[in-house]
Amino acid sequence: MDLNPPIESESYRSFSSRRSISSHHSKLSVSNSIGEVTIAEIGSKKVRRGSRGEGDSEGFNLSQKEISDEDARLVYINDPGRTNQRFEYARNSIRTAKYSFITFLPRNLFEQFHRVAYIYFLVIAILNQLPQLAVFGRGASILPLAFVLLVTAVKDAYEDYRRHRSDRIENNRLALVMVDGEFRHKKWKDIEVGEIIRVRVNGTLPCDMVLLSTSDPTGVAYVQTINLDGESNLKTRYAKQETLSKVPENMASGLIKCEKPNRNIYGFHANMEIDGKRLSLGASNIILRGCELKNTAWAVGVAVYAGQETKVMLNSSGSPSKRSKLEKRMNVEIILLSFFLIALCTIVSVFAAIWLRRHRDKLDTLPYYRRKDYSEDAVENYKYYGWGWEIFFTFLMSVIVFQIMIPISLYISMELVRVGQAFFMIRDRGMYDEASNSRFQCRALNINEDLGQIKYVFSDKTGTLTENKMEFRSASIWGVDYSGGNADLQSEQVAHGVEADGKTFRPKNIVRTDPELLRIARGGRESEQGKHVYDFFLALASCNTIVPFVVDTEDPCVKLVDYQGESPDEQALAYAAAAYGFMLIERTSGHIVVDVQGEKQRFNVLGLHEFDSDRKRMSVILGFPDKSRKVFVKGADTTMFAVIDRSSNNNVLQETEGHLHSYSSMGLRTLVVGLRELNNSEFEKWLFAFEVASTALMGRAALLRKVASRIESNLCIIGASAIEDKLQLGVPESIESLRMADIKVWVLTGDKQETAISIGYSSKLLTSRMTQIIINSNSKGSCRKSLEDAIIMAKKLSGSTVSPNMEESSGAVTSPVGLIIDGTSLVYILDSELEEQLFQLSSHCSVVLCCRVAPLQKAGIVALVKKRTSDMTLAIGDGANDVSMIQCADVGIGISGQEGRQAVMASDFAMGQFRFLVPLLLVHGHWNYQRMGYMILYNFYRNAVFVLILFWYVLYTCFTLTTAINEWSSVLYSIIYTSVPTIVVGILDKDLGMRNLLEHPQLYGAGHRKEVYNAKLFWLTMIDTVWQSAVAFFIPLLAYQKSAIDGPSIGNLWTLAAVILVNLHLAMDVVRWTWITHTAIWGSIIATFFCVIVIDAIPILPGYWAIFHAARTWAFWLCLLAIIVAAFAPRLVVKFFHQYYFPSDIQIAREAEKYGWLRDHGIVEIEMNPILEPPGR
Amino acid sequence: MADRGGTGSGGGGGQGALETAKKSRKPKYSRFSQQELPACKPILTPGWVITTFISIGVVFIPIGLASLFASQRVTEIVYQYDSDCIPPEFSDDSVEFIKSDKTNKTCTRTITVPKQMKSPIYVYYQLNNFYQNHRRYVKSRDDKQLWRKEDETSSQECKPEDFTANGQPIVPCGLIAWSLFNDTYKFRVNDKVLEVNKKNIAWSSDRDHKFGSDVYPKNFQSGTLIGGGKLNSSIPLNQQEDLIVWMRPAALPTFRKLYGKIETDLEANDKINIVIENNYNTYSFGGKKKLVLSTTSWMGGKNDFLGLAYLTVGGLCLFLAISFILVYVLKPRPLGDPSYLSWNRNAAGILN
Repeated sequence: MDLNPPIESESYRSFSSRRSISSHHSKLSVSNSIGEVTIAEIGSKKVRRGSRGEGDSEGFNLSQKEISDEDARLVYINDPGRTNQRFEYARNSIRTAKYSFITFLPRNLFEQFHRVAYIYFLVIAILNQLPQLAVFGRGASILPLAFVLLVTAVKDAYEDYRRHRSDRIENNRLALVMVDGEFRHKKWKDIEVGEIIRVRVNGTLPCDMVLLSTSDPTGVAYVQTINLDGESNLKTRYAKQETLSKVPENMASGLIKCEKPNRNIYGFHANMEIDGKRLSLGASNIILRGCELKNTAWAVGVAVYAGQETKVMLNSSGSPSKRSKLEKRMNVEIILLSFFLIALCTIVSVFAAIWLRRHRDKLDTLPYYRRKDYSEDAVENYKYYGWGWEIFFTFLMSVIVFQIMIPISLYISMELVRVGQAFFMIRDRGMYDEASNSRFQCRALNINEDLGQIKYVFSDKTGTLTENKMEFRSASIWGVDYSGGNADLQSEQVAHGVEADGKTFRPKNIVRTDPELLRIARGGRESEQGKHVYDFFLALASCNTIVPFVVDTEDPCVKLVDYQGESPDEQALAYAAAAYGFMLIERTSGHIVVDVQGEKQRFNVLGLHEFDSDRKRMSVILGFPDKSRKVFVKGADTTMFAVIDRSSNNNVLQETEGHLHSYSSMGLRTLVVGLRELNNSEFEKWLFAFEVASTALMGRAALLRKVASRIESNLCIIGASAIEDKLQLGVPESIESLRMADIKVWVLTGDKQETAISIGYSSKLLTSRMTQIIINSNSKGSCRKSLEDAIIMAKKLSGSTVSPNMEESSGAVTSPVGLIIDGTSLVYILDSELEEQLFQLSSHCSVVLCCRVAPLQKAGIVALVKKRTSDMTLAIGDGANDVSMIQCADVGIGISGQEGRQAVMASDFAMGQFRFLVPLLLVHGHWNYQRMGYMILYNFYRNAVFVLILFWYVLYTCFTLTTAINEWSSVLYSIIYTSVPTIVVGILDKDLGMRNLLEHPQLYGAGHRKEVYNAKLFWLTMIDTVWQSAVAFFIPLLAYQKSAIDGPSIGNLWTLAAVILVNLHLAMDVVRWTWITHTAIWGSIIATFFCVIVIDAIPILPGYWAIFHAARTWAFWLCLLAIIVAAFAPRLVVKFFHQYYFPSDIQIAREAEKYGWLRDHGIVEIEMNPILEPPGR
Repeated sequence: MADRGGTGSGGGGGQGALETAKKSRKPKYSRFSQQELPACKPILTPGWVITTFISIGVVFIPIGLASLFASQRVTEIVYQYDSDCIPPEFSDDSVEFIKSDKTNKTCTRTITVPKQMKSPIYVYYQLNNFYQNHRRYVKSRDDKQLWRKEDETSSQECKPEDFTANGQPIVPCGLIAWSLFNDTYKFRVNDKVLEVNKKNIAWSSDRDHKFGSDVYPKNFQSGTLIGGGKLNSSIPLNQQEDLIVWMRPAALPTFRKLYGKIETDLEANDKINIVIENNYNTYSFGGKKKLVLSTTSWMGGKNDFLGLAYLTVGGLCLFLAISFILVYVLKPRPLGDPSYLSWNRNAAGILN
């Protein structure tokens, strides 16, 4: 990727700008081989799916489009004054901090009140401030809101302080900036657009700048973008030839016209006018803030975007925000509860109205009403605003009193619980990946519980199911298959080290070699086969964009050769060539040096046609020392066979095809290599066409492609290579577990069908018991027909068993169906009425395998399922090509693997290995769902009990909303008395142990069946709530009938009864009692007693000392005991009866966990699917 | 790449990558972070449930019997006098009678003691349909004013009984104090005066910490509308025990308040001669007034409810325990039997 055609500067320029067009494509694509063919454009959203090769021309057009003046930013090189004359472009100081001293309070409050919950709190508190409606004292009504706001504000302030500090450090870093003709140190924050900046090796770039020149004579600079996108390999950037030679002082004449700041880190479109010439600039000419300069002594560039406008800053957005399904469901119930609240308030106000009406004659003098104030001369109404107003005020007051019917604190508790759950997921050692040293990451904090209800898993293949560590396995050269590779690795490796200048060069990666092939390769070019082997490996060593780096080792005589490249396949091939004695040691502009069997040979690289997803091949034109020229082509078999000359060597062709078939059915990734000798006239013709194409202003990419296709024709086949992409550890077991958990696994891959199917077998996705339905159509009509046939067949095969979770276990009777569909068919299916049929078909299939899928098709498939079912979908992938699918699914999981971090950036959760999906879903997801579901129901209950106790009392106070329960107790009820246990239980409780959940994946079905949270449970809980509140209220009422009991005393009894009930209710449902649970639950009850005592020890309150008087009597404690027993009896009976006679799976597993599985053998027999070895291995 | 050092760290390079490579981010093991804290896992087994219900029954029934017995032993004389103490000529206009200054409100009645009553005998007045818990009423007091002399004018909440017409602060202010109950009772048994001890009828906590010893009634009941009793303005509030009792608002619309204690025993069939000063106006809102003489037990006054409730709950629990035992014997389910798992149930069916 970094070689110059050894022609003149003009063609170099065009070369590099062509590079700009394709750069982001090749970066996104896994490989230039048969791997995932990707054309996604991160920046621009294309709606159409299933089309290929469009990204290229589109990107091209954009780069050539005239940037209109309004949309352009004009940067005068080395003239910041003029640059900033018309518009003040952002300076380079950055602010990640949100607030300043002055803006903190208003802005922070503003942001906090974005939550509906807080607004509700606020409105209620404000209502309470109106004198007519003052139910609670001022302090008591504002306290909860103030408390929550304060805690959040302190947290925000602390975070912001840290951001301020890091901003300050960042802004005060020093950079070398051209001032008055020389480079001087300047703080980063003072850098302006248009200034010329010099960066030294290993330096960090202070802003986005267009490269002008570098220490390399050809203008190459290497940058590492790990801070930007997490990719650790080096990327090459180019300075324009025109600017290279200039000393920075003379650049004042230059003008760069570039697009407005945007967040696309893979695209940049600009023109540069210099010396009257106009050059086009692309993404390969710009280096971005946050990157580090590597391997280049210095680089000089002109700042084009600074500070907040740099691409890295524009990209620093938070993680995606999603709503969990449970929360959506919960919101429905919240609406129900608010109707409930309105009903209560209406009842109160209607009764109040009736009471006022009936007593309207007496109100003036009624001792407990006294409407008239007789103390004044003019007798006036006192606090009476007329009948209508009184009713209205009563309504509002009852809203204030019953406000916690809407469990606002639930939202806050849920957030805390999710943080706790995330803590445990992150800390789970079972989900730590040693290889990449990465923990599990929770990027989205509000969909933890969705992990417990996943029904569909959409998985990428390369890098997700497989390791994406390519390993050269076999080669077929001139019709001969070389697949033996079992020689001792270490000895081989030492053997093909290369001596030079007393130093040994050795490839960094070790490749297993076939002894026979090695022998032939060492034998030189004398034999016929030796010649082909030579060509084959020379092709592998040269036909790529790999850059070799020489790395020191502890032994000063041994140097390691490290191949850096964007495609793991190319790396694998280069290492393989090295292992067979064709070691690429140097790649500079215009030539490569290959060490062939210990002898350094220099080849001129005359031209290079990079991989593109249309041609699916790349080619390189090498000039040999003997002046001959050859074009080497390497590409996917489908496109290669089309350009191979079939007239000669037909048997070789057939042999190779046979080998290719057997390789791909072993799950290997194959590439075909061909070559052609070029005569002078052909070369001249090509050179001319290439130059014309690469200097063309319009349609350059298409022209270049045409040039490439012309030269890549009539090839002579040399052979084929096969690369293994190993399955990740534990993938077959994971897929088996997921299937047993009744999760449908769809694999979406860019591989070809045979490879995909064979991976399907090796990953246990497909089993031999399965009937495969394959849909390969290339027209809409045939697509429809095959879908219809397939549906009929699938229906027949999957039998009439309707019960969805029986598919697996009833396998004895019917056979499961696996659907295999390819990308071409999907083109016709997606976005058409056939989607519905595909969905129907897939619902009969336990496995769906989509091959040859383009990235946007992946999203299309996810959307297809998501649209038609309420079941939860999960997408898992590792590459940029999975981003669209990850964002589309309900839950997106990124694998932090070999392919950079775009997938992680777009995901909700990120982890190191595919197999962690099993503990994530079956264990953590299950727990999270159980915990959260229970917590929501419990919080509804908890608040409703309290509200109902208040409500019953209101019926005995002329409907005037007096509360016997002290107002401070009402406030503290949801803050201190009952909040901690539910949060602790929501974080810590486990219905089943991890081992049990992993051993019996079927237990995951609880989430599918919505066992912990559904409408039936909601209503049952509400009925229970009414009963419990009635018991808690009426037992004291009847026991203290006609007695001298005062309000505060009986109020204390109700407070304690409610708190004890609510906490014991939770205690009854806790599965696992750890010391923390004990502390939280019993501690809350003790804390309540303590608070009640403290409140009653304040003489100024009317209830002074009431608790002490009440607690001295036996009746008080007997009431409490009776309340507890009577309130829980129905619940206990129903719970026991249900658990004993209609046990859920969870219940049985829990019993088994405690008492041991009975008939342990039987269960294994019933459960396990016979796992058969896939054929063909 | 000569500057990359001999670390051989693959594609990473760079200082940061080297550092992180050395430092493993593997989460540290702790029982807490791995969610492996020792825990006890109780399960609702039939044994547990049956034991629980039986023990509830066993505990509740004796408690119920004991409290029922205690309640039965309490002797209570309730005498409703509101309509009795209206002279026949005012029977149609009781409000007029009670408001008038000129009418003789003394009313003498005789009641018979049904059973022996051991001292102390508590004398209560019971009001019906008087909403001392009405929001307007409950709030209409000023606890600061009651306690500190200096705060006598701080009576915000007391309206409309906060200041007199000429702006003097009323102490104690508010509707509660204003509506102070002022019927009085005198008892004679066998022509001997039965002393009613009115000391210590209020909570000592209220006397000591709520009602000030230097706060004296001021301008009390001086308005045009008289709500109830008057106070001797030479006695500090903390000694005005009737007021203190009245100021502790009742929880329910039917309530009793302690009037005094009789510290001599009453024998069965003793004739008590009661002289009632029927001053308090409940007639305007249809409230009833009752005089209650009651002994006490460890459970408090006469109320069968708790005893009955305990007996019912205890009995029900025993009944449930027995039915659970029956059901358990007739149709047991082995705990943790995997054949009950949903994915085994149907498969087993097919196999059978």
